[in-house]
Amino acid sequence: MCLGIPGRVTEIYEAGGIRMGKVDFAGITKEVCLAYVPEIQLGDYTIVHVGFAITQLDEESARESLELFTEMGRLNEELNPEEAELAASFPPPRCGARPVKYLDEFRDPELAASMFAEIRAITTRPWAIMEVCGGQTHSIIRNGIDQLLPPEIELIHGPGCPVCVTPLEMIDKALVIAGVPNVIFCSFGDMLRVPGSEKDLFRIKSEGGDVRIVYSPLDAVKIAQVNPTREVVFFAIGFETTAPANAMAAHLAAQLELKNFSLLVSHVLVPPAISAIMESPVCRVQAFLAAGHVCSVMGTEEYRPLVEKYHVPIVVTGFEPLDVLEGIRRTVLQLEGGRAELDNAYARAVRPEGNLPARQMLGDVFEVTDRGWRGIGVIPQSGWRLAEHYRTFDAELRFDVGEIRTQESALCKSGEVLQGLLKPNQCPAFGKECTPRTPLGATMVSTEGACAAYYQYGRFTAASDHSIPLYS
Amino acid sequence: MANQLSLENWTCPLPLRNYPTIVMGHGGGGKLSNELVENLFVPAFSNDTLATLGDAAVVEMNGSRLAYTTDSFVVRPLFFPGGDIGHLAVNGTVNDLAMMGAQPRYLTTGFILEEGLPLAQLGVIVESMAAAAQLAGVAIVAGDTKVVDKGHGDGIYINTSGIGLVAPGVTLAPDRARPGDVVILSGELGLHGIAVLSVREGLEFGAPIESDCAPLNGLVAAMLAASPDIRVLRDPTRGGLASSLNEIAKASKVGIAYQEKLLPVPAAVAAACDMLGMDPVYVANEGKLVAIVPEAAADIVLAAMRGHPLGANAVIIGKVVEQHPGVVVARTGIGGTRIVDLLIGEQLPRIC
Repeated sequence: MCLGIPGRVTEIYEAGGIRMGKVDFAGITKEVCLAYVPEIQLGDYTIVHVGFAITQLDEESARESLELFTEMGRLNEELNPEEAELAASFPPPRCGARPVKYLDEFRDPELAASMFAEIRAITTRPWAIMEVCGGQTHSIIRNGIDQLLPPEIELIHGPGCPVCVTPLEMIDKALVIAGVPNVIFCSFGDMLRVPGSEKDLFRIKSEGGDVRIVYSPLDAVKIAQVNPTREVVFFAIGFETTAPANAMAAHLAAQLELKNFSLLVSHVLVPPAISAIMESPVCRVQAFLAAGHVCSVMGTEEYRPLVEKYHVPIVVTGFEPLDVLEGIRRTVLQLEGGRAELDNAYARAVRPEGNLPARQMLGDVFEVTDRGWRGIGVIPQSGWRLAEHYRTFDAELRFDVGEIRTQESALCKSGEVLQGLLKPNQCPAFGKECTPRTPLGATMVSTEGACAAYYQYGRFTAASDHSIPLYS
Repeated sequence: MANQLSLENWTCPLPLRNYPTIVMGHGGGGKLSNELVENLFVPAFSNDTLATLGDAAVVEMNGSRLAYTTDSFVVRPLFFPGGDIGHLAVNGTVNDLAMMGAQPRYLTTGFILEEGLPLAQLGVIVESMAAAAQLAGVAIVAGDTKVVDKGHGDGIYINTSGIGLVAPGVTLAPDRARPGDVVILSGELGLHGIAVLSVREGLEFGAPIESDCAPLNGLVAAMLAASPDIRVLRDPTRGGLASSLNEIAKASKVGIAYQEKLLPVPAAVAAACDMLGMDPVYVANEGKLVAIVPEAAADIVLAAMRGHPLGANAVIIGKVVEQHPGVVVARTGIGGTRIVDLLIGEQLPRIC
């Protein structure tokens, strides 16, 4: 759900009363809002999501993880000399005294190989594990992790792609607003391809609507400032990771008294979704990999009641291949041991209390509301909307689209896919009526959506095997 | 042409049912672009030369084999690190001709200028075209200028067409890849696309990279001199390496498998792609080529490429296989596999 990458803070300054800075990502520099990391210093590493630093990375935790992985590799070498020989053909692991860069180290092929061996060694029975977050789904398919896991482990792709779960009704509202003359409609890139009942934002653009892709919600605020005679609307979707950025846009707009800016808010929350999945009478999920970047904002404690109520292991997990594997390893350890605990496998980015300044802003700008999830239905208390004192920035009210009601396609089984009841390629419409070009449901829309990920990367997984001859 | 279009009379297997109007994705080099070509242009203009869908057409006239092509340039912004729209317009057409093994000779150009374009800017762009033409060894021998109302163009659009001679004994075509052939890439991926994105309005980021825009005809000549047996050449422009490989796999009805760890992706390109949620194999290049070469000729072609400045970092990245015809498969960094499909339209920054 929440693409976030590590970078190093190289400049810190104030702009318009907000703490801003420059962050370096291996040579690429980007202006980033530092308001939610007030203690960060020059040279520190942070995770950046939609132009916002959402957490400071903890070097000690990162080193601990890498040392653990390396140690596991050493043990495996002793146990499996053949795999060790194979692994030795890859470059050596990059940890120890060298400065941690927080990226390549967690993609190391040799350490991944030993992690796979470790997971194979501890798995004795079939387990169904749901990775909640679409970003994790993407990483799993993009790296081919699912094919390398022992066959006992089944990964169920969860409802964690915000583009995918945004309800059809909300898309239809967006399409109406984006088609209003004088509106500049700003959205994250992936959202443009999500179909409403009949059209998508690309289509509205082709019909003359002024639809613009922005990288950060603050870009939309800027567009409103420089176009005072136009109505600027930002499509504020996302999980808890994106919400602080969107909240800041609302907060800034209020501070600047921007009369021409509003937000179409469709925020969703992870814990109620986990509840809904566990409450389903046909639930197959035995453990969850919780979404690391959501937790870096919200902390981990709100998952403890879920662990206790449903006796289900929840392991907070990151996004790089080694992070995903470590999350799976810790989950399997719990499952095999008959335990159900809250565990944090992404400690370098996630603190138990989360990001307090961000949570404070969220509490001020948003309030909890019932929210429809595309393909699933309404989950009580599973979303955020603008709080009373920010209601003047609510695009639904400003454009009077509150009455739009939409039904979803009957052919599409995305609800069952999102609940882990069906694999994407088991849906009768998969690859036939439903492809990324002609998506019937949310999960086929975004590259992170479970169905699209299957179509894009894994369509031939069943037919092909690992013996595909590759030139080496 | 557009006025007489009757959507109902289409007999294509994949009608553009979702989009009754043109959307940006139709120009993105992915599936929407391909469907437009396959379902509209190829049937409408119906001829064998067009149906080969090479980067340029190869036609015979008076016993000579000529490569002939056209390309239009709508880049925004007009100036970007390492190049500008004029530079691009010359090299784009030169490279399309070179991909058929032709030595490019003559170019024509058409300018669509928007009211209000500063003459000084036009001057810089035209000078840049002249310099690029000189470097590539081509002459711009005819042209046309039209002006459109303010607000009806992004300053300037340029079309170039080009013609060149194909040497005897050289037959390059997208359908000639055979199982066992190797896939060679001429250098680093993604420089042009990321350089342009880094200065795109609303997305600006600092990047220590420049567009790789360059004429490839010299490199191609060196490769063909080393071995005339090269089967396919393609320059992975919009849609990137992934799209070029998919087009070759589909045209030749073969599978293509490559190793991600062998791809030369500069650190800054990788970082920008991480930041935007993009994949470097879909990012545009303007001075790179991918070659499909019989295994027996691989070493000699690779050596010839490495002896040329534009191929100094050439590497073998994979192989043509019998399995999974029409499909490109990558072995991932950690040893898994994944399908590398064509994108639908443009690659969008993936935020969430």
